[in-house]
Amino acid sequence: MTAIVKNREVQAPQVTRVGLVVPGLGHLLAGLADRAGGAIITGVGLLSLDAALLWAAVSGFPRLHDVLFSASGGRLAIHPIIALIAWLVTLIAVWWASYRRAFPRQLTDAEFNSNTQVSLRQFYRSQTGMLGLYGALFLVVMALLAPLIAPFEPNMVSLTPKETPPSWLYLMGTDHFGRDLFSRVLYGGRISLSIGFVAVGIAATIGTSVGALAAFGGGWVDRGLMWFVDLLLSLPRLVLLLAITGLFRLKGAESLFLLIAILGLTGWMGVARIVRSQMLSFKEQDFVQAARALGFSDVRILFRHLIPNALSPVIVYCSLAIGSTMLTEAGLSFLGLGVSPPTSTWGSIINDGRDLLINAPWIATFPGLCIVAAVMSFNLLGDGLRDALDPKLRGS
Amino acid sequence: MARYILRKLLLAIPLIIGVVTIIFFLVELSPGNVADKFFTPDMTPDVRALIVHKYGLDQPMMVRYLLMLKNLATFDFGVSMVQERPVFDVIMQALPNTLLLSTVTLIVIFPTGILLGTLQGVRQGSVSDTGISLTSLFFYSMPSFWLALMLQLLFTLHWHILPTSGLHDTVMYDFMSPTQKLVDRAEHLILPGIAMGLASAAGTARYMRSSLLEVIRQDYIRTARAKGLPERTVIGKHAVRNALLPIITLMGLSLPFLFSGSVLIEYIFAWPGMGRLIVNAIFSQDTPLIIGCFFVFTLVVVAGNLLADIAYAMVDPRIQYD
Repeated sequence: MTAIVKNREVQAPQVTRVGLVVPGLGHLLAGLADRAGGAIITGVGLLSLDAALLWAAVSGFPRLHDVLFSASGGRLAIHPIIALIAWLVTLIAVWWASYRRAFPRQLTDAEFNSNTQVSLRQFYRSQTGMLGLYGALFLVVMALLAPLIAPFEPNMVSLTPKETPPSWLYLMGTDHFGRDLFSRVLYGGRISLSIGFVAVGIAATIGTSVGALAAFGGGWVDRGLMWFVDLLLSLPRLVLLLAITGLFRLKGAESLFLLIAILGLTGWMGVARIVRSQMLSFKEQDFVQAARALGFSDVRILFRHLIPNALSPVIVYCSLAIGSTMLTEAGLSFLGLGVSPPTSTWGSIINDGRDLLINAPWIATFPGLCIVAAVMSFNLLGDGLRDALDPKLRGS
Repeated sequence: MARYILRKLLLAIPLIIGVVTIIFFLVELSPGNVADKFFTPDMTPDVRALIVHKYGLDQPMMVRYLLMLKNLATFDFGVSMVQERPVFDVIMQALPNTLLLSTVTLIVIFPTGILLGTLQGVRQGSVSDTGISLTSLFFYSMPSFWLALMLQLLFTLHWHILPTSGLHDTVMYDFMSPTQKLVDRAEHLILPGIAMGLASAAGTARYMRSSLLEVIRQDYIRTARAKGLPERTVIGKHAVRNALLPIITLMGLSLPFLFSGSVLIEYIFAWPGMGRLIVNAIFSQDTPLIIGCFFVFTLVVVAGNLLADIAYAMVDPRIQYD
């Protein structure tokens, strides 16, 4: 049991108002004054988001017409529109975060001690978790803003600057086709990150359903489903994926969606186990008994009482699974079995750079660093969330 | 204990049948088959039919499936379609290489991981704890194949210290003295071993740290401290030993993990093991070889789980099976 804490008067140093001008600066200064790691990391994180927004504005807005139309042969393209929306949403989000810091909302004691608020405070206190959150946010925002930030078309073949080392014009150098690597890495990040998110989303949905069904069905339904889960778990995932993608050779534009589906369909077993064991332990607890006594239907108990309570370990698992899914996808793409060209992901760019390791080592290096940064961010985020969401670990 | 092992082994049989079934139908449903590789445009239909017949592909799918199950029951894996050699021989040639790589990696990663995790757990929250945590997370988050490329880039292409790939030197190996041979093989093991093991070592350190932190909170540690034992003894004799229990389970479970990790590493380092074998088998749609490889991989998973259970029962007297 977490002790009931009285809602303290939240101190709002004058200094945080600076954040209204430059979002993040207020957090940073206040954090430095209070020696609060969480606030410092938030400040630096918000400032990095500011930088991304500014970069996108400076590089993208003067050539907005080109970005919107000419790249796709005169048609209005969807990616730049998403990028514009993301730009606005991020701008509002960073300012809102600074506004909240400068003018904190007064919480009632009940709100202050609610599970959500306690978890949020706990998470805010874990510096590595915050680092992961802002690392992931930064990468996602950069990927979303790719059409505005990228200085070149990612697939534009150019003959003059082949395999040029990194310079101010080509931040990460160019590859053997003279394509700008920085632009390719930005666009590749969109694909890599969305594969991670969507595949894990699919896996979490299937896993929650199967786990809930097994726990709720009991008897032979439970035994059958869990045997199937054990069966799939005893196939090494990478090798199974290799067999599927190697035998069926995904081609064309749908290859991305097929790959996501396959990754989702082979990744749900962990979630199913977690949800099942959570629900089995809940089934006999008082709140479920009470709901039954009140005559609620099974469906209502399942969706309103069991699943929401089983969700927090699933969220933690998913955050960690995004990282491992991205690693798996990178491995497949590295073997040339991922999304088919010219669409590229971080893994397939590394594959491109493998043969040029001697002459152009930067091609394989930079996307690899991006993978490490992304996976590490999601792992840090997952660890932080686990500490914050698990009541047993609180206060330790 | 013996009854427990027997029961586990019996339970593995339906598991293996299930895996083999999934893989068989996966191969069957995929477009094309192994015979396509031997077709040339100027072949007459008779010759094509002959080739198809040679691989038994003219039989109905279910007949071939049942035949395969019957053969597997007598441990007859059939003949590799591409290599034209018994699958058993092909696998027996590759398996020792992967086992060597995995075992050497295991022997290195566990002491390293346990040592680092202990250092962290003892000084929870200190700068060194956070430092090691972030460093190990960095390596834990790294794609093994990228690490392999970077190692090749640094140690072979840049500094010319270690060989790039292969089991041993391709040219000079036959002319070496036994000691030189040993050194040569060891040199070829270093880079793949690091590439494969670093992430696992980092993972082990993470587990060890949290396991140690859990143990340190226990009452018997407080008792040990209260009766005035020096901190060295408390940590070394009481805490670490108990914290090692979950790590021993992890050891059994990481064997299959290393095996599947070997797929990418062996591909990069041209290491003639199971990983490379299965990749090649999949690319050439060599059904018997694919099924044989998956049989071995599943066996490794089952064996790993069993080893973990047995090791756990041996070190922890509280655990009683059946």
